[in-house]
Amino acid sequence: MSEPREPEFRIAFDGVSLKRGDRVIFDGLSCGFPRGRVSVVLGGSGAGKSTLIRMIGGLQRPDSGVVRVADEDITRYSERELFKVRDRIGMLFQGGALLDSMTVAENVALPLREHTRLSEKDIEAEVDRRLVAVGLSDAGQLYPRELSGGMSRRAALARAIVMDPEILLVDEPFSGLDPINVRRIEALLVDLNRHLDLTLIVTSHHMASSIRMADRLVFMVDGIAIAGPPDELLKNSDERIVEFLVAESDSFAEHHELDVTPLMDRRTLPDRRKKS
Amino acid sequence: MKFTLIENLGYRSLVVVEHLGRIAQFALRITACLLVPPYRFRRLVGDVYDAGVLSLPVVCLSGAVVGGTLSLLGYTTLVRFGAEEALGALVGLAVIRELGPVLTALLVTGRAGSAFAAEIATMVTTEQLDGLRMMSVDPVDFVVSPKALALLIAMPLLAGLFAVFALMGGYGIAVGLLGVDGGSFMASMEGSVKFWNDVIGSFSKAITFGALTGLIATYRGYISEPTAAGVSAATTGTVVIGSVTILVFDFFLNGFWGV
Repeated sequence: MSEPREPEFRIAFDGVSLKRGDRVIFDGLSCGFPRGRVSVVLGGSGAGKSTLIRMIGGLQRPDSGVVRVADEDITRYSERELFKVRDRIGMLFQGGALLDSMTVAENVALPLREHTRLSEKDIEAEVDRRLVAVGLSDAGQLYPRELSGGMSRRAALARAIVMDPEILLVDEPFSGLDPINVRRIEALLVDLNRHLDLTLIVTSHHMASSIRMADRLVFMVDGIAIAGPPDELLKNSDERIVEFLVAESDSFAEHHELDVTPLMDRRTLPDRRKKS
Repeated sequence: MKFTLIENLGYRSLVVVEHLGRIAQFALRITACLLVPPYRFRRLVGDVYDAGVLSLPVVCLSGAVVGGTLSLLGYTTLVRFGAEEALGALVGLAVIRELGPVLTALLVTGRAGSAFAAEIATMVTTEQLDGLRMMSVDPVDFVVSPKALALLIAMPLLAGLFAVFALMGGYGIAVGLLGVDGGSFMASMEGSVKFWNDVIGSFSKAITFGALTGLIATYRGYISEPTAAGVSAATTGTVVIGSVTILVFDFFLNGFWGV
C-alpha cells in the first residue's frame, strides 16, 4: 500500500529508513503530502509521527532514503542550507516551544526581527495582527508560563505563521486539550489552510478532528505509510487500519458531534487564493 | 577479564577524545558566532547580569571569609618565627595569585555555570532550541554564545572583587582582632605583590577560567538528553567537570608559566 512519489507532492518521502538502536522506526517509508492540502498523519504512540515531521523540518536525518521538501532533496543538507528551506516552513511543536524568557509578543516578533528589516512599529503591528488572528489579542505581554495549554499552542501557532510560510508542520496539536480547545485549534488550522493556501501536515491521535480536517490521511503502521483520501481509507479493510480505528473509536464518538463556533477572526488574515 | 578491562579502557578513552574534539568544534562555532554579526548585546547584558551581578553576594562573602581565615592561619604560623609583619605579604600573594581566581572560578561554576547549563538543557528538553532552528535562527548564535561570553566577561571582574573583599577581610582580622600593625601589613603586601607578575597574572588566570567555565557549561547543556535526567546530568556534569578542569589548568598555569 506504500505509494510512490508523485510530482504534485509538495513534500515526499522516498524509501526512507530509520532505526533507533534495535527498534525500526521507518522501514523503506514512501509517501507524499500534496500542495495546499491538509494531510493528517495518524498512528499509535511510537509509530514515528513526530519523527516524520521532524524529518521534513530537517531536525532529524534518515539512515537511508530521500526526503524532498519543495522539490529539494534535503536529506544531506548542511544546517546553513536547511535554514533556507526552513524559511518556507512554519512548525508548531507539541509543547509550543515558546522561549520562556520572552513574552508572547516577543516570541511572535522574533522571526520578524531576525529575518526582516521591518521597523519596530511595523513589527508590533504585524504581531498584533497575528495575535488577533489566533484569538490572543490581550496576551501579548504575558510570559509562556502564564498561559494555559490551549493558549500556549495558539501563541506558538501565531509565531509559526508570522513569516507567512508555505508549509505548516503541526505536531500533536490536540494532545492534552479539552474538547473546546481541540475545536478552537482545529478551526484555526483549517482556516489557515483555506485562507493562506498552506500545505498543512498535522500529526494526531485524535480521530474525530483528523477526519473532519483531513484532505488526506496517512496511517503510520509497522514503519510504513498507508495514505489516501479519508473516505477511501476509512473503508479500507487493511487490518492494521481497522485495528487503529477500533482503538480510537471511543475518542471519535466522544468528539464527533461536538460543535463549537471557531474563534478565529478571518478578516485579520490575507486571502492568498483571491490574489492568485 | 583482562581483555574486557582493556577494551573498556579503550572505549572510554575514545569517548573522551571524541568529546574533546566536539568541544573544540563547539568552541570554534561560538567564536565564529561572536565575531560575525548580528551581535546580540541585549542578550549579552542579560547574561552578564545573571552570571555577574547575581553572583556578587556569594563571591564577596566568600572572599571576606577566605581572607579572614588566611589571616588567622597565617598569623599562628608566622608569630612563631616573629614574622607577623609579613602577614600582609602572605595574604596578598595567596589571594591575588592563587585563591582569588581559583576560588572565584569554582564558585561561579557552581552558581552561574550550572544555572546556564540547566537553562540550555531545559531548552533542549522543551524543544525551544529546535523551535529556534525551525525559525532559521542558530541556537549557538542566539542562546549559547552570549552565555559563554558573559561568563568570560564576568569571571575576571568577580575574581577582582573576591580579591578586594579577601584583602579587606584579611586586613580586618589581622589589624582588628590579632593586633598586627596596619601600616606594616599594607607595607609588606605592597612590597611583595608585583603588578605585572601577580595582578596581571591573576587577571589572565581568571579570563582563562571564565572561558573554560563558559565553554563547559554551555556544551554540557547543549548536548544534554531531552529528559529531566538530562537536565540533572548537565548541571552536575558542569560543576564536576568544570571544577576539575579549573584545578588542572591552574596547576599547569602555575607550573609552566609561573602565573
